[in-house]
Amino acid sequence: MITAVQKPFDEISEMVKGHDKLLILGCGSCVTVCMAGGEKEVGILASTLRLFNKQNNISMEIIEDTIERQCDREFFDAVKDKILRADAVLSMACGAGVQFCAEVFEGKRVLPALNTRFYGATEQQGIWSECCAGCGSCVLDKFGGICPIARCSKSLLNGPCGGSQEGKCEVDPENIDCGWQLIYDRMKSLGLLHKLEENEPINDWSTGRDGGPGKIIREDMVL
Amino acid sequence: MSELKAGTNLEKVFKAGHFAVTAELGPPKSADVEVINKKVQYLKGNVDAVNITDNQTAIVRMSSIAAGALVLQQGLEPVIQITCRDRNRIAIQSDVLGAYALGLKNILCLTGDHQKFGNHGTCKNVFDLDSIQLIQALKTMRDEKQFICGDEIKNSKKAPIVEPRILIGAAANPFADPFEFRVIRLAKKVNAGVDFIQTQCVYDMERFEEWMKQVRERGLHKQVKIMAGLTPLKAVGMAKYMRDNVAGLSVPDYYIDRLSGAEDAPAEGIKICVEQIKRLKEIEGVAGVHIMAIEWERRVPEIVEAAGLLPRP
Repeated sequence: MITAVQKPFDEISEMVKGHDKLLILGCGSCVTVCMAGGEKEVGILASTLRLFNKQNNISMEIIEDTIERQCDREFFDAVKDKILRADAVLSMACGAGVQFCAEVFEGKRVLPALNTRFYGATEQQGIWSECCAGCGSCVLDKFGGICPIARCSKSLLNGPCGGSQEGKCEVDPENIDCGWQLIYDRMKSLGLLHKLEENEPINDWSTGRDGGPGKIIREDMVL
Repeated sequence: MSELKAGTNLEKVFKAGHFAVTAELGPPKSADVEVINKKVQYLKGNVDAVNITDNQTAIVRMSSIAAGALVLQQGLEPVIQITCRDRNRIAIQSDVLGAYALGLKNILCLTGDHQKFGNHGTCKNVFDLDSIQLIQALKTMRDEKQFICGDEIKNSKKAPIVEPRILIGAAANPFADPFEFRVIRLAKKVNAGVDFIQTQCVYDMERFEEWMKQVRERGLHKQVKIMAGLTPLKAVGMAKYMRDNVAGLSVPDYYIDRLSGAEDAPAEGIKICVEQIKRLKEIEGVAGVHIMAIEWERRVPEIVEAAGLLPRP
């Protein structure tokens, strides 16, 4: 999923200042799963903002809603009227959802309530970690299903640097596992350690962000 | 004797079978040339070549190539460090051409410390290549006379090929984890075409000897010149700091005890370093030492002398 965390409240309250009618719009997909921008978080943020406005004598009507996805046009139909009537939309979607909402409702002010972080998985309740860098050329078959591009702090393709100590990455030993220790252990358990002796050639990064903003065109699907 | 690859002093020392000695010279955190001149005076005549670090620990310093050119002007042979942290393949290859044009012919390929440890922690990193791919790139430039993209190294269709004739170095860390992967990393560097290796500073001699055993089992010591890295300990505080805060580095307690008990800790640190060199000389496959006296270059001559490594060839 795409993971995100809520922006600091001070930043949000400053951002929405001056709007008389604000729609806080949640997203029912990834950000609901990672508990950052779903229906529940919309409710909490709306209440917090109302309380803040009351304490600071700010007059602002706050409307709440959540749609299934903010990255697909069809789901906006359900909230079209609310968006049109609002002065601004405080979107609790990921960066893609915020942008798409603004694109669908041209001329409407759409503000981000979240900081989008990474493509990740739920490690355990309340902990999400990055797994994929969206490089556009998956190498997981070579590394026992663990991505060195996303999970090594330096995206090294030929093994761990000198900063790997007791399974941890020196960049943040408390929180980051050394991706290469994970790869090494996995390949060892798979009996594939010899595969890691092969030199990985210089990488082609052009399939990812370095090739410019990504676009997928499926001719078989385009109407 | 087969042909020299780059013809540098360091390469000749290796080729002749001498026990090589190099040191490290950290460029200044300013444009102050005097800092370099002073360090050169300490090191000249006492080492075969000197490593010029490339913004080590991600702290901005004078560029390794510029500092290297200044060092060379003073008659000391530099080894230019190039890290993958700050430059992509375009910038790196351009720098290699420039370094060679300035007469800098030893290059050490490093991944580079993460920017988190330096004074610009909010910057973007590059890591377009890793250190092993960097070795491969330099070898391709030197031996295939081509850039990474496959283009020949010449100014125009009719122009002559003028490739950089570089002696290619790299680092190895026998102390980081996973330990069993450390010799595999070295094997990959040898595969990529590295000519010489400098190790992370050695304190834990037992672990280093175990690593060297693995190196010999694979016959790697016959394919690459391995220089053991050494950093003399100035004080017990420094020893503890290195033990506790530098990943991939272990400082055994018996060195810390010796420094704590010594009346003159710096002298004791130097004594330890000299003892280490003497022991390292006896290990099969160790082709030299690389002395990284951090902001302590002035003490390098006495270490080299006490270790019986003077005069240099």
